[in-house]
Amino acid sequence: MDFVSVVRVALRALTRNKMRSILTMLGIIIGVGAVIAMVGVGQGASEQMQAQIAAMGSNLIIVQSGSRQAGVVHIGFGATKTLVPADEEAMLQEIPLIKAAAAGTSTHQQVISDNNNWGTSIQGTEPSYFDIRNWTFDLGASFTDRDVSEDNNVAVLGTTVYQNLFPDGSDPVGKTIRIKNLPFTVVGTLQPKGQSGMGQDQDDNVYIPYTTLQKKLSGQNWLSNVSISASSKEVTDSVEQQITNLLHTRHRIRAGQHDDFQVRNLSDVADAANAASSIMTILLGSIASVSLLVGGIGIMNIMLVSVTERTREIGIRMAVGATEADVKRQFIIEALVLASIGGIIGILFGLVTSWLISAIAKWAVDVSLISIVVAALFSAGIGIFFGYYPAKKAANLDPIEALRFE
Amino acid sequence: MATSTDQLEASSAPSALGGATPAPGADVPVIQFEGVHKIYDLGEVQVHALRGLDVTIRRGEFVAIMGASGGGKSTFMNLVGGLDRPTRGLYKLDGVDVSSLDKVELAHIRNRKIGFVFQGFNLLSRTTALENVELPALYARLAPAERVERAREALRIVGLAEREHHYPSQLSGGQQQRVAIARALMNRPSLLLADEPTGNLDSRTSVEIMGIFQRLNRERGITLVLVTHEPDIAQYAQRIITFRDGKIRRDERVPHPAAAEEVLKNMPVVGEDD
Repeated sequence: MDFVSVVRVALRALTRNKMRSILTMLGIIIGVGAVIAMVGVGQGASEQMQAQIAAMGSNLIIVQSGSRQAGVVHIGFGATKTLVPADEEAMLQEIPLIKAAAAGTSTHQQVISDNNNWGTSIQGTEPSYFDIRNWTFDLGASFTDRDVSEDNNVAVLGTTVYQNLFPDGSDPVGKTIRIKNLPFTVVGTLQPKGQSGMGQDQDDNVYIPYTTLQKKLSGQNWLSNVSISASSKEVTDSVEQQITNLLHTRHRIRAGQHDDFQVRNLSDVADAANAASSIMTILLGSIASVSLLVGGIGIMNIMLVSVTERTREIGIRMAVGATEADVKRQFIIEALVLASIGGIIGILFGLVTSWLISAIAKWAVDVSLISIVVAALFSAGIGIFFGYYPAKKAANLDPIEALRFE
Repeated sequence: MATSTDQLEASSAPSALGGATPAPGADVPVIQFEGVHKIYDLGEVQVHALRGLDVTIRRGEFVAIMGASGGGKSTFMNLVGGLDRPTRGLYKLDGVDVSSLDKVELAHIRNRKIGFVFQGFNLLSRTTALENVELPALYARLAPAERVERAREALRIVGLAEREHHYPSQLSGGQQQRVAIARALMNRPSLLLADEPTGNLDSRTSVEIMGIFQRLNRERGITLVLVTHEPDIAQYAQRIITFRDGKIRRDERVPHPAAAEEVLKNMPVVGEDD
């Protein structure tokens, strides 16, 4: 029989008992739907995480002053005074794979505009910082290297600060704000970046030249961190190593002594996060696959019942000239059609579920075309696999016995 | 043992549907049994259903098989139809040794050379009459258009052209049997095997069906082998073979076979007040 006829015969057999067919398909529908939704959730979480990390800056390496004791991060953050601007210069000179670096230091101050004030974090840095962090400007622009060398009183506002100091939405560029009673000219505002991975508002900062902060606000000449952009993803590990070696030399740290700095390679962080979310996705997908397995068993079960019920029919077909192969093919295709239709409905069900999850729980969900194709092929495979045994049973019936079957 | 039978002239009427399959010579018998034994092994008990059967059935013959239950009729039919194989002995169908064929070849033989008609009609329910008739052609891998065309022709021959889209549940017993006969004719077989075809039908319908068989035999030269336990039905055949205890007890020609059309004319139609 040609393929189209066989499929048509299969569809006819399935529609003969619609309720039973639908119930049998339910296992596959739920299984496929669950796999698609779960993998979608996993993928979405993974991508969201990657996006967040990428938003921090490409090939970003952060050198922080302060030691890290075993197992405890952030102890002594900024507390040591050994990281200095000269270290940054040395890094730029001696490590050619560094694309850009920006010194960083900070303090917390009240910032006052004409009618408002707002307590926020003042970040001392250089213009290169905004490139390193892939941060674009909303109004105005960054201060310049010259502002840094001249310790000028210029400031860039984060969105949150801008909204709180200028709630009327007027253009702050050129206006004056006061930090620790010193006048600063606003030169630009930044595009919003939202919350960091640790829950801090990245837009609640004011950026001024670090030289200005050191000389006029804090009176200290050491840095709390240096942000570095490596020239490519592949070299980040190498750059991390070179920085470490350089600082060991410059800070005279011998083997066995604790470092007075920390180098954090964000692409390592990204990789680790990736690996973790991959595992989570696989885990979710595997659990969902269990229901797919159950669905397949359900198909096998129903096909066995169907074969028994249609024993007479099989006998007639054999009497009329169907070979064992013909009978086997008929029942496998029936199982295949059942599973495939269930698979398609399951995919739709999975898409709807994914959409609901993203709309109601506000989780990021990403359903890829690959997962749909794999799900479709998988359900077809389940049909063939679990349909084989009943089909074989049908083909092995003795025609004489089958014809006599009540 | 079998008595000699008169030679029956092979019908010389080839026709579109059914009839003599081109054979090397019209004298090759359709069915040839030589020393055929069939033993069923049921574990502790062995049933010797056929004991050394010798029988020859020629092209165009209309043979009725009779005999008490357990006498070997059904076993004989199963062997003839290729649904089972002899334990010992030779069965040649159209000159081909059946025991040398594998299952696939047997299936092809059932598909191309033999048409089955059963007592219980054995139609596929929830399938139209036309599709039921098409079934053998499906396995013969006929193109859909040709399949439908032939099926319609077959239904016309049995007089059911207007009912091609009816389901078996919408047809009377006689009509269902006619659909079954049409199905049996689909692949132009040379041999029609009927197992108690009138067993589930009333007397008038039974005669109608026998009339169809006679017409097919007469006009298309189809060889017919029919099992029945009713002597009245056997009278429509040309030859009656009686089985007993696995052997042929009697094998005789019917001197004047009943003509179904004549019988029908004289038969009262059963009315509602009878």
